[in-house]
Amino acid sequence: MSTPLDTLFIKTRSENRAALIGYLPAGFPTQEGCIAALTAMVEGGVDAVEIGYPYSDPVMDGPVIQAAAETSLRNGTGAREVMQTLTAISQIAPSVLMTYWNPIERYGVDAFLAHVKRNGGSGVITPDLTVEESGAWIEASTTHETNRIYVVAPSTSPERLQLVTGATSGFVYAASLMGVTGTRTAISSSAQELVARIRAVTDLPIAVGLGVSTPEQVREVAQYADGVIVGSAFIRLLQESATLTEGIGRVRELAQQLSSGLQRS
Amino acid sequence: MDSNIIGHFGPYGGRFVPEALIGALDELALAHEVAAKDPIFQAELAELHKTYTGRPSIITEVKRFAECAGGARVFLKREDLNHTGSHKINNVLGQALLTKRMGKKRIIAETGAGQHGVASATAAALMGLECVVYMGEEDTKRQSLNVARMKLLGAEVVPVTQGSRTLKDAINEAMRDWVTNVETTHYLLGTVAGPHPFPTMVRDFHRIIGVEARQQMLDLLGRLPDVILACVGGGSNAIGIFHPFLDDKEVRLVGLEAGGSGLSTGLHAATISGGSPGVLHGTRSYVLQDENGQTIESHSISAGLDYPGVGPEHAYLHDIGRAEYRAITDVQAMEAFGLMCRTEGIIPAIETAHALAGAMQIGRELGPEAVLLINFSGRGDKDVQTAANYFGIPLQ
Repeated sequence: MSTPLDTLFIKTRSENRAALIGYLPAGFPTQEGCIAALTAMVEGGVDAVEIGYPYSDPVMDGPVIQAAAETSLRNGTGAREVMQTLTAISQIAPSVLMTYWNPIERYGVDAFLAHVKRNGGSGVITPDLTVEESGAWIEASTTHETNRIYVVAPSTSPERLQLVTGATSGFVYAASLMGVTGTRTAISSSAQELVARIRAVTDLPIAVGLGVSTPEQVREVAQYADGVIVGSAFIRLLQESATLTEGIGRVRELAQQLSSGLQRS
Repeated sequence: MDSNIIGHFGPYGGRFVPEALIGALDELALAHEVAAKDPIFQAELAELHKTYTGRPSIITEVKRFAECAGGARVFLKREDLNHTGSHKINNVLGQALLTKRMGKKRIIAETGAGQHGVASATAAALMGLECVVYMGEEDTKRQSLNVARMKLLGAEVVPVTQGSRTLKDAINEAMRDWVTNVETTHYLLGTVAGPHPFPTMVRDFHRIIGVEARQQMLDLLGRLPDVILACVGGGSNAIGIFHPFLDDKEVRLVGLEAGGSGLSTGLHAATISGGSPGVLHGTRSYVLQDENGQTIESHSISAGLDYPGVGPEHAYLHDIGRAEYRAITDVQAMEAFGLMCRTEGIIPAIETAHALAGAMQIGRELGPEAVLLINFSGRGDKDVQTAANYFGIPLQ
């Protein structure tokens, strides 16, 4: 099996650079606005897109993404809108969904992945699904040839890194620090240590997320990781802009700035 | 679902949490397992319960109230007489001792009605731990007296302004704190929900209710009760009294959920009676949710039952038919609340009043031959303002 995401990492590795991955929750700031902003991100230089499934109880997210998810849910975003966004964006860039587990369970594990695949998705990031609870998920993702992307943290033990990366495909999502999503002024030193520990147990690409927002931070992370994930910084631009057009312009600009720092020296 | 790993109750339970928390959950599960077999830990906890909590809690037969319950014999297990006024102290002292054993100096807790927050603040003061309590902003208004109690006890109370501003959002915020500070901090979860080991560990700390009650009923009557009743929000007091009776097949176990304005109105917190299987706050159980798997906000006059999830062991006991669950509306609970005050001189917590209303129904169904045992989980001091408003008693 090879998804568009797998192909992307083969390409960026051969180019000796990291991939830039941009995140927005579906339906934020509006259904059409989200698709337009993600499109601008890709035009600006984002290599792959992570589409969030907004959820009522996002325990891994800081205030910025919480607020965006609330806006999106008030807009009436559900599975249909998430899949619509995936269909639109997967035509221009490798795309994955990121979702808490309950919406998947409610939708039906097999049906969910069948629809991700049919709509051009490469895979799904599942931040609160443990490997122990993944029986049906592993089976269905194998059937539907989609990437299973798990999140590991600085506190993850060597034994669990082996276990979790053994179940992972696409890339390993390395949380840069102990905490929730949101911009930080500096990248924690724990990020580089964690990436080194993951490298010791797997050849899979590794993308670093949580707290990455500036071109300097992207440049720093790109030196040792295969991917850099940016979410809250894009959302903040959309929240702070007076109009959607202005917000989309600023999103494109940030994507351009961030993508200039991906090359490894 | 892998049913071969620990922490499952049939298809329910398990762990649905960020990988960042797995280390802390494993550490906690191990600490609990070791402590459960350690006579020194058990002696320490027993001594605290005897000299601080005030255990064993007594049994009270309520003959005048029983007239409103079909004339059945009705007994109360008086957890309201524990220090801090509810069953919550049983679990809190146990977990606080474990916190010290794990070498952590800070506890965080969520609270709805404030009872668990007060109990946590109490244990933190007793054991010299730092304590932060997350409480939905809505609940800080409903339960301002308990907010003051927690502050007097030296805890920091953080009002949570996200989402529905009630218990579920307080849990979200506590989990975010925990993910960030897990190395120094223990999350002292107050009910039998959440990821493994919480449902098992919190149950084990509350089993003392049922263990005592079983012996007390045998001493009093020479027999076991026909029916045991308890209110169910997350379900900690209920599982505490149910669990030691699980093998006594002739004893009916009845959990009373918060029916709010009525199941048909959609405005309730009756998760088993009116919800469906799903995942919330790290465990698979029954959940109030919409067709997209989004949590639906719960509604109840009782802050302590106002939660859209329920402990996974209750989900399992329901599915296998060992326990039954009924919804009691706000109106039914407040009727029972008023009756208990006037017939027995005991002011119950509004949570507990749901169990009393259940006893009135079941007593009438079974008649005077029946023996009912109610877990009287908490006292009503904290609810005086709510009850006064409800009954139209002016506050000066």
